[in-house]
Amino acid sequence: MQKQTAIELKGVTKTFGTTVANKNVSLTVNKGEILSVLGENGSGKTTLMNMIAGIYFPDEGQIFINGEEAVIRSPKDAFAYKIGMIHQHFKLVDVLSAAENIILGLRGEGRYNLNKAAQKIKQISEQYGFEINPKKKIYAMSVSEKQTVEIIKVLYRGADILILDEPTAVLTPQETQKLFDVLRRMRDDGKAIVIITHKLHEVLSLSDKVAVLRKGEYIGTIETREANEAILTEMMVGKKITLNIDRLDPVSPEDRLIVSDLECVNRDGVKVLDHIDFTARSGEILGIAGIAGSGQRELLEAIAGLQHIDAGQIIYHDPKTGKEENLRDKTPLQIRDLGVRLSFVPEDRLGMGLVGNMDIVDNMMLRSYRKGKGVFLQRKPPKTLAEKIIDELEVVTPGPSTPVRRLSGGNVQKVLVGREIAASPTVLMAAYPVRGLDINSSYLIYHLLNQQKQKGVAVIFVGEDLDVLLALCDRILVIGSGHVTGLVDARHTTKEEIGLLMTKTEVKHHEEA
Amino acid sequence: MNFLSFFIQAVRTGMSFLLGSTGETLTEKSGHLNLGIPGIMCVGAASGCLAEAMYLTSVGGEAQANKLLIVLIPILVSFLAAMLLGVLYCFLTVTLRANQNVTGLALTTLGVGIANYLSKQFSNGLLPFASATKYFTAKLPFYETMKASPHAFVQVLGDIFFSYGVLVYLAIIIALIVSFVLTRTRTGLNLRAVGENPATADAAGINVTRYRYLATMAGSGIAGLGGLCYIMDNLNGNWEYTVDAVGWLAIALVIFTIWRPNIAILGSIVFGGLYIVGNYIIGISFQNKELIKMLPYVITIIVLIFTSFTKKKEIQPPQSLGLSYFREER
Amino acid sequence: MKKHEAREPLFHIVKRAQIPLYQGILIRVAAIVLALLTCAAVFFFLTQKSPVDFYRSMFNGAFGTERRIWNMAHQMAILLCISLAVTPAFKMRFWNIGAEGQVLVGGLACAAIMFYFRQSVPLPLLWVMMTLASILASMVWAIIPAIFKANWNTNETLFTLMMNYIATQLVAYFINVWVKSGSGVLNPMPDAGLPKLGNAWTLNISVVAVLTVILYIYLRFSKHGYEIAVVGESENTARYIGVNVKKVILRTMMLSGAICGVAGLLIVGGTSYTINANSAGGQGFTAIMVSWLAKFNPLLMILTSFLIAFLQRGTNQVSNDFKMDNSISNIVTAIILFFIIGCEFFINYKLVFRKPSKEDAT
Repeated sequence: MQKQTAIELKGVTKTFGTTVANKNVSLTVNKGEILSVLGENGSGKTTLMNMIAGIYFPDEGQIFINGEEAVIRSPKDAFAYKIGMIHQHFKLVDVLSAAENIILGLRGEGRYNLNKAAQKIKQISEQYGFEINPKKKIYAMSVSEKQTVEIIKVLYRGADILILDEPTAVLTPQETQKLFDVLRRMRDDGKAIVIITHKLHEVLSLSDKVAVLRKGEYIGTIETREANEAILTEMMVGKKITLNIDRLDPVSPEDRLIVSDLECVNRDGVKVLDHIDFTARSGEILGIAGIAGSGQRELLEAIAGLQHIDAGQIIYHDPKTGKEENLRDKTPLQIRDLGVRLSFVPEDRLGMGLVGNMDIVDNMMLRSYRKGKGVFLQRKPPKTLAEKIIDELEVVTPGPSTPVRRLSGGNVQKVLVGREIAASPTVLMAAYPVRGLDINSSYLIYHLLNQQKQKGVAVIFVGEDLDVLLALCDRILVIGSGHVTGLVDARHTTKEEIGLLMTKTEVKHHEEA
Repeated sequence: MNFLSFFIQAVRTGMSFLLGSTGETLTEKSGHLNLGIPGIMCVGAASGCLAEAMYLTSVGGEAQANKLLIVLIPILVSFLAAMLLGVLYCFLTVTLRANQNVTGLALTTLGVGIANYLSKQFSNGLLPFASATKYFTAKLPFYETMKASPHAFVQVLGDIFFSYGVLVYLAIIIALIVSFVLTRTRTGLNLRAVGENPATADAAGINVTRYRYLATMAGSGIAGLGGLCYIMDNLNGNWEYTVDAVGWLAIALVIFTIWRPNIAILGSIVFGGLYIVGNYIIGISFQNKELIKMLPYVITIIVLIFTSFTKKKEIQPPQSLGLSYFREER
Repeated sequence: MKKHEAREPLFHIVKRAQIPLYQGILIRVAAIVLALLTCAAVFFFLTQKSPVDFYRSMFNGAFGTERRIWNMAHQMAILLCISLAVTPAFKMRFWNIGAEGQVLVGGLACAAIMFYFRQSVPLPLLWVMMTLASILASMVWAIIPAIFKANWNTNETLFTLMMNYIATQLVAYFINVWVKSGSGVLNPMPDAGLPKLGNAWTLNISVVAVLTVILYIYLRFSKHGYEIAVVGESENTARYIGVNVKKVILRTMMLSGAICGVAGLLIVGGTSYTINANSAGGQGFTAIMVSWLAKFNPLLMILTSFLIAFLQRGTNQVSNDFKMDNSISNIVTAIILFFIIGCEFFINYKLVFRKPSKEDAT
């Protein structure tokens, strides 16, 4: 069958300030086909798709839709070309209902008829197998419900080209499976579907073709049936990854942090952490694996004193005095005043770990500004530290007085990790510390974590890449939906086992619900 | 105290607040906290009055004037002049991406200045237009028939509902229309989305810039009519330099009525009543009169605190109120 | 349907990474020059008089005599003082637009002390009482919205705005309590005024000068100032490093209020010796613009408050000379503000024109 092209990009380039997000990208998507756009975090997948959806406008290059050159200056233009994008961060208005969100921005008779809209929504839902209550307000919805609203929204507009940005990141395996069924049905319906992802198994199970991006550049497209994980990985990272991370055996590990029966309830009354038990030992890297949003962030924040704890204990064993301290219900300041040297590299680097508009020196001070007597700041020690970190970790920056927001992702992370390590912690927690980083920076971070481990620090590493977790950690704690679903020895486990554990309670949880 | 005349005066006073607050609500629903409303209302008042004076001069006095135009010209001019300030506000905050608070406050300064300048033009030399205001306060035709009714009940009914001038009814009609547009039409739905979450609205193909411009311009025009209503109806055509005070009360009224113009119809009567009740209490001291004038602001704060306590999503200010939106920023 | 026309946008807007200092200054100077030209044009339109007269009159009003220079310096000092007051709050992203009310309440407390105690308490003690009362009253006025913001995230812009008018009515109330005649005018009480250093203005100017330096140092070099900056940039980061955000909000608004109290004290106790509902004279709002234009830097605020004070004194003279009343003052000030507000755009962004494409759709 002769397939018609739906989208064709030719030489598309987009820069933000000095960063090149996409460089000379060309690719093609046909009707009745699912294309995966594969790439590491920060490889420019989302930016590229945003240009097709009219969020950004390309600096150079052309976009052809259905064979004709198109100028897509706004999402409205994109709709005119029957392009619909489902963003990773849902673009829904909280106080409006599902139906209202779906008809938002549509032309039609002035006075809108929600019943008529609900009718059509129902019809679409039945056609592709969604479940949705059109009258439900968005703020009362679960993540998967919101995603359903997003997808119906573009279908309602008659989109023939659907772009989904990492749609499975927030879904349980069941929900993912359901979504994939829906997408396949749409493909069979003749729609062109682009799915942005960095998960290889999804690419292989779902798509017809795979396009790979690496650092903003287009590497190539191959048919999925000719692809396998090794080939794709190689395209994605440029070379075959043999994760050469050194892993020494822990030296006389001692219990450092004992978390027992930890329970946290979030603002909406949902239990985000439920009976969490584990021990972090000195001289050891404890990995935490799980689907994004399973409670990893809440767990680390609870330990750091940033999250309200509803039940359970966090006991810290002081290696010097041998005393035990309960960290529960303590503020970060109180924890520090107990002499607990807890360092924390949060997931949100520029929104939490660092202040983007401040320079490197002032960011060094975040942890230490209280030091010294008197009401005034001491800028000298942080300046020395900043220079030391820039030097030792090879941070690329014009100087220590450059605002960190102007640094690239990898350098931002070096500054953050460098500062946290400089506090000579006894416990070091790092959430997704290599997300969005290039290979070299990632290895530097692994190296730093290993160094800390050798110094006898209890390292807690929250990761998403199972290969890395398996190669770097000593033990891996798996959590799913706020429960501990397993604790495995990283030296004697397999990816499959962890993958299974990651989805285990999900199943149970789902059946309950 | 004569309750009936108090109520009627409360309604008259309240309607200038209502116009101001309906305009500001429309503006705020687009995400603009326009603190220029007091200045805009001043300009609406002064330009309308000046237009009236110029029209009357040009035709050679009230007797020769077209009765319809006497009312229509000031209304139109007032609306358009106020709208122009709205354009200026949008140009700075949307096109040039300036800070909304700062722009709004500067706009109030400008508006007060322009209004004072314009008012000089009709208060010195030009024909007085005060007598023309009787067309603004002319009661509905069947009011007289009702007053002639032998039933006291019908008479009172006539006083309560049909004894007002054209701007009072216009205020209520506009408030109802805006309320309808906001809650029942696509335009209103889109506008609310723009004010709640402009990125989402943008992604849904709504032209955020256009909505913000149009809502703010229309809102400014409506608020301008509030200034005109204050002078022509409440003060019977006597110019006063305190129109901006009405503007601040109008902003308070927006909060007091939790961003709903239909509730604002009642709320404005409450505010109007509080504004004038001091004049109706016999033997009230000067100082207590001032305390009563404080009440609208106090109850507004109480409502504001209440909305922040409840966390109920439906009664919160538009989520992106006061924030600019630029698509390509990251 | 017709084939989609290749309508490429003529230009698009790109955020600048950084702008050289001289270029930033150049853009601002150009904006002020353009604004002054516009003002002259407006002036010509209104009066049909030569713009040269306009500039001469303005300059005269600000610098014409020694007295005028002092007057302007004094006006600038008061404005600067209120601008200093709002700055810490703004740096924290707390939109305190209630300086007007905070100043009034401070002035009211000062007037109350003067009214009740000037006959019974010796002067130096009275001065101390006036100072403490002003500062305390303004602090209370400022901390009320802060408490609600810190605990329930109540919208502070609207809250502080409303507090202004409550303050106005409070002043009107007390004047009527004190002045039984109902005239609404409280006679000046110069016998209870603050001491004079040199001439009538020097005390106020010196106090503000000292405050400016102190606030600059506080914001730039103190631990508190650093905390304010962190809270303003990101509350999450502040929590992460263990800053008690609520405490910082309350503390900073107390400081903000205290400086407003000083302004109220200087206005009532140091200048007019009386109070009315208009004693703050809208300076509380103007101060917001002064602070914002100076990017919340106390030293730069000397420049911006000078600019505004110059405009106000200068245009006052213009309205005197050409019998125009004070409306011209408002209009000119607003025009200049608009130009400066607008020019920020060209400092933060640049327009990138697209290269002409092969087939132009015109």
